[in-house]
Amino acid sequence: MSELAFFIDYSRCIGCQACVQACEECDTHRGRSLIHLETIERRDSVQTAPQVCMHCEDPICARVCPADAIKQTAEGVVQSSLKPRCIGCSNCVLACPFGVPKYDGEVDQMMKCDMCYDRTSTGRRPMCATVCPSGALAFATIDEIMRTRQGRAINEWQFGDERVRTKVFVLVPTEVVRVTVPVIPMSSLKRRPPLPDPYDVAAILEMH
Amino acid sequence: MRWREDFPVRWDEDNYMTRRELAKFLTLGSGLLASVNGLIAFIGLRREIPATPAITIATAARVPPGTSLVFHYPTADDPCILVRDRSGRFEAFSQVCTHLSCAVVHRADQQTLACPCHNGSFSSLDGRPLAGPPTRRLPRILIEQRGADLVATGIEV
Repeated sequence: MSELAFFIDYSRCIGCQACVQACEECDTHRGRSLIHLETIERRDSVQTAPQVCMHCEDPICARVCPADAIKQTAEGVVQSSLKPRCIGCSNCVLACPFGVPKYDGEVDQMMKCDMCYDRTSTGRRPMCATVCPSGALAFATIDEIMRTRQGRAINEWQFGDERVRTKVFVLVPTEVVRVTVPVIPMSSLKRRPPLPDPYDVAAILEMH
Repeated sequence: MRWREDFPVRWDEDNYMTRRELAKFLTLGSGLLASVNGLIAFIGLRREIPATPAITIATAARVPPGTSLVFHYPTADDPCILVRDRSGRFEAFSQVCTHLSCAVVHRADQQTLACPCHNGSFSSLDGRPLAGPPTRRLPRILIEQRGADLVATGIEV
């Protein structure tokens, strides 16, 4: 039997917020949800997507941390910031290509998903994966996923020139080998004023 | 990068001290501490006790009852104070306060040797500490009267 791994199937997400609620129950950060439930093109669609920490093999958040507050375990789980070390500089918040780390001003510390390390290190499933009713979040073996899902599980990303490999897999159509996200150069942004976000629902409601 | 080796991102690359290393450090450190203590004790035992020669301080007539006189004994670097109480008895003590080594002064009216630095006070009869921070008595200088002269003959710590 192969090892248990985390799989995200964005297309299965129904936006029920069960993962958000379950995350709050986690013992290591009780009362604070660290999973992000993103809305996709909210004006035109009801599509949502859960975002847990992808646990990069070479975590850029830990690389940019000036206080050595973010550590990676031998299993490859990138831990949340260590309270005695985190200086709240938000370098990791800016550096993460997935937008996972968030600075929490109340505790003056960055907090992020640690794949429920207290649970997964003892063989239990992460909180969010135990409650997801549609299987958008799954903690299972690759064999089980391949048997029950369509498409392909990948863990390679391309952000501009930077290639990132993650511990968490995402399910994509079979022809996709890696998720490629083009990066907008900063120089092109300077020349014109920023366009209004067409999917900013709050702004749309204000207009009408 | 050297600093990245010292502060690795991964847990398993961190250089934690092993139990054996700590035990070794504790054993060797304790051994070193004990042996240095023994060495210091040995040196202290071997050291010669400074000789206490008999030195004539002054004539008894120079110190009327109720007054005092500063002298040096056994060497010129050790200030001492000779006190004559109202009954005419001579006593002598080291002038160095046993608290922080200030010079004590004679207060004839209170029969004390007072240290002005921290308001310490010793009895001028036997050198016991009476008030203030000092807890040890002043070393006493043994005085002998030989004819008209006062002679210091030794130290009683």
